[in-house]
Amino acid sequence: MKDFAYVSAPDVATAVRAITEPGAKFLGGGTNLVDLMRQNVERPDTVVDITRLPLDRVEELPDGRIRIGAMMRNSALAAHRLIRTRYPMLAQALLAGASGQLRNMATVGGNVLQRTRCPYFVDLAARCNKREPGSGCDAIGGFNRNAAIFGASESCVATHPSDMCVALAALDATIELESVRGVRRLPLVGFHALPGDAPQHETAIAADELITAIELPDLPVAARSRYRKVRDRASYAFALVSVAAALEVRDGVVTEARLALGGVASRPWRAHAAERALMGAPATEESFRRAADAELAGAVAQSQNAFKIELARRAVTATLRQLHLPGGAA
Amino acid sequence: MADIRMRVNGSIEKLDVEPRVSLLDALREHLGLTGTKKGCDQGACGACTVLADGERIVSCLALAVQYADRDITTIEGVTSPLQRSFVRHDGFQCGYCTSGQICSAVGMLTEHAAGAPSAVTGDLATMEIELTAEEIRERMSGNLCRCGAYNGIVAAIEEGIR
Repeated sequence: MKDFAYVSAPDVATAVRAITEPGAKFLGGGTNLVDLMRQNVERPDTVVDITRLPLDRVEELPDGRIRIGAMMRNSALAAHRLIRTRYPMLAQALLAGASGQLRNMATVGGNVLQRTRCPYFVDLAARCNKREPGSGCDAIGGFNRNAAIFGASESCVATHPSDMCVALAALDATIELESVRGVRRLPLVGFHALPGDAPQHETAIAADELITAIELPDLPVAARSRYRKVRDRASYAFALVSVAAALEVRDGVVTEARLALGGVASRPWRAHAAERALMGAPATEESFRRAADAELAGAVAQSQNAFKIELARRAVTATLRQLHLPGGAA
Repeated sequence: MADIRMRVNGSIEKLDVEPRVSLLDALREHLGLTGTKKGCDQGACGACTVLADGERIVSCLALAVQYADRDITTIEGVTSPLQRSFVRHDGFQCGYCTSGQICSAVGMLTEHAAGAPSAVTGDLATMEIELTAEEIRERMSGNLCRCGAYNGIVAAIEEGIR
């Protein structure tokens, strides 16, 4: 690993000042950045440690919204009473990610900004437009079994690996960003970019901005939500496909539906087409399948990952069935 | 170079390390505590698991400087009935993952006692979660064992909590 200067920021003002130095990079739990630094994919000159910032609490705001400090650990957020009871899909998504050790280290802000696990991104001998713009993409036509099926381009087919963000997309979470220039808020849906011809631009964050908080709307339907993850082994693996879903059914008819998919795009994929298909439809297996079909109609496979389209279709249907018939067949 | 202090297994240690030195290398190479093992060195195997203020972490992805003034416990500082249980139930074969397995299990039991759920917990609202074999396997999934001693590891932990 290349040597670097280390600064530990005691407060947000110090952190956002320190990041204006050229070559500076924020360090949260280190579960992604330290790994990438060791592989020379990331080569910061200065590392600004933000884990001592006092941003590690969950607060219930007077209007019912929930404010999550960006330095909160993934394990602490998953174990929080408010998240477990009001937003179970978020607790389940967090618990489906990584391992107990990594969840104890990883921060919420870092989870949002984690980089793709596309094998070519971390292979310095391979071509990767994300790592080295203009060099090409060895995943296209190469080992792309877990590549994107939505929103990919001729430049990049990488996926965003987060589980947490899939739930946050379904919940319409907001990201709070702070820099020396001030504070702004962005919706999480749309925060992560599609690759287009510039896959190196991954999110809407500016180089000098710090994620300080994530806010969740007061959302009664979220109390009946779940996260389902399909992967190559039972635990401790990235998703092939995952589904975050919330469903409200009255008199047998769907009155509210929120759905997002993970492991399928460079962003957590909010399934608007499936949501539209569900609204007002009878809460039946047939409707669930039609909703999945409506979303997957836009999917495009790479050479090795056509199976993910059918897998996503089945995962969506199964998750909706599980929500509608608790205790029923999964 | 950075001069830092850290409490390791109860005693205050002074370390003079470059910021790029991992906690794992600081423990092994600077303090001579070789009980903590380097497996993958990329957070994928759990062999380097230690406890930081009682919480399990992988020390390979932790920069030592980031853990200045923290309380670190390695396998050399663990005294747990789990250690005898691992021997009794053949919770290992080659032994390379064992120190990480035991540190991880100690941390896992603390998390469970505090009511933390896992990915296989059915009722997220409850704080009283029964530590079934399925729960143990899920909660210990961050520790790989190439010898495949998983059945013995689960049995050892089941005995350790009785």
